[in-house]
Amino acid sequence: MNEVTEYFSDIFKGVRSLLKGMSVTGYYFLHPKEIITQQYPENRDVLKVPERFRGELVMPHTADNQHRCTGCSACQLACPNGSIIIVSDRIETPEGKKKKIIDKHVYNLAMCTFCNLCVRACPTDAIVMSNDFEHATYDRGDLIKILNQPGSKVLEGIEE
Amino acid sequence: MKILSIYDFSNLTQAIHTWLSGKMSVVSTQVVEMILVGTVFLLFFAVLGLVLVYAERKVCAIIQVRLGPMRVGKWGTAQTLADFIKLVFKEPLITRDADKFLFNLAPFIIIIASFMAVAVMPFAKGLQAMDFDIGLFYISAVSSIGVTSILIAGWASNSKYSLIGAIRSGAQILSYELSAGLSLLTIVILTGSLQLSEIVESQADGWWIWKGHVSSIIAFVIFIIAGTAETNRGPFDMAEAESELTAGFHTEYSGIKFAFFFLAEYVNMFIIAAIGATVFFGGWMPLHVGNFEAFNNIMDYIPSVVWFFMKVSAIIFLMMWFRWTFPRLRIDQLLTLEWKYLLPLSLMNILLMAFLSLMGWHF
Repeated sequence: MNEVTEYFSDIFKGVRSLLKGMSVTGYYFLHPKEIITQQYPENRDVLKVPERFRGELVMPHTADNQHRCTGCSACQLACPNGSIIIVSDRIETPEGKKKKIIDKHVYNLAMCTFCNLCVRACPTDAIVMSNDFEHATYDRGDLIKILNQPGSKVLEGIEE
Repeated sequence: MKILSIYDFSNLTQAIHTWLSGKMSVVSTQVVEMILVGTVFLLFFAVLGLVLVYAERKVCAIIQVRLGPMRVGKWGTAQTLADFIKLVFKEPLITRDADKFLFNLAPFIIIIASFMAVAVMPFAKGLQAMDFDIGLFYISAVSSIGVTSILIAGWASNSKYSLIGAIRSGAQILSYELSAGLSLLTIVILTGSLQLSEIVESQADGWWIWKGHVSSIIAFVIFIIAGTAETNRGPFDMAEAESELTAGFHTEYSGIKFAFFFLAEYVNMFIIAAIGATVFFGGWMPLHVGNFEAFNNIMDYIPSVVWFFMKVSAIIFLMMWFRWTFPRLRIDQLLTLEWKYLLPLSLMNILLMAFLSLMGWHF
């Protein structure tokens, strides 16, 4: 008797779980507004890129051309495929001390896998991933970018 | 019943017949009529394939929260036509050491099987190429010819994937043929006839799914499961099983021969849906409820062809819904489902239906 009830309860359980699955897919079929596909080249003006989408690495600068990068090269060490190279420079402070500052933050977009490890490694939150993803160029050299703008300085008080 | 005669296609077919008979001898009339019917079905198959593939891609896309084909034509409607043209221009490759004769024969057998099955389909009142006394038996016999094609294709391809796919498919179709047949027999108990036109006529005061209540519903569920399995569609697409067998029995086929297998899959889906609609949902018969004359007359205003295709597309949608919802069964699960669940259930169901009909407990 036990086996017989088990047999039938198996059937009902199976049917129930199948109907549950069908209700999920049926919901999506009846709600085409849930569709997330975007018709890309046509909708460039109204394109909605998710906030956390990783397009490329950028270094935000303030209005008076200051960034937060100290040139500690934590990002260079964190990068699994060596697409970041920090070129540092030495200057003499007014107090007469020698100090290491950043000269160039070289970022090779062509080698980047957008893993976000550099952003997480950065102690001063100097670099972030931007949403911009249209990177096609005719020259491979264009993909090697220098993230700190020419003449930019480190923001005051970051290094302390 | 008056209005039904407006949409009666037998006047049209009769007119064509008399016109042709006046022009030529009996034999040539027969031949011309056969060619006409064949051409119509050929065109119907082509349109059916294009429409169903497009529908499947759209249904699948919306279920998966995508848009599907959107570029070729408005809403991508010309996509399948473009795909077909591409397939026609492709090179038909043959594997080395393949059995060339059988390899080339297989796609034709599967198409011919679908062709023969569609011949007895009552599309509308008076619109039926052939009306056999044993139409239902004929359909279930002819639609299983397709499996020989699959086995031949798998064997002749000289490829492991193809052979494994074909053997699985053979086991599957042979098994599920049983429950499909038994579930149809459940309704035959009520109709008392295997003739498709008579089965449709017997539903003039309500469809069998309603008149046979519990037993009919169980039979329909079993039929739709077995039917999906017979057409080798997901969740029963063991014969193809993309992830493990690349494409199963048609792995080695390309170009137009691949298109034949692809078309046959969709035509078979249509045939299964059409049998389901005819036997359980009254075929072209409009929705009639008992003796409510007024209601029945209003329903009669909708042409019978529209009714038939509405029902068929509803069942086809159900099968697409299955395919894009359920995970694929393993081969042992597949056989367990048939032999341990569907077959005993349909045997019990046929007894239940015999009892119901004996006691007169159906409507």
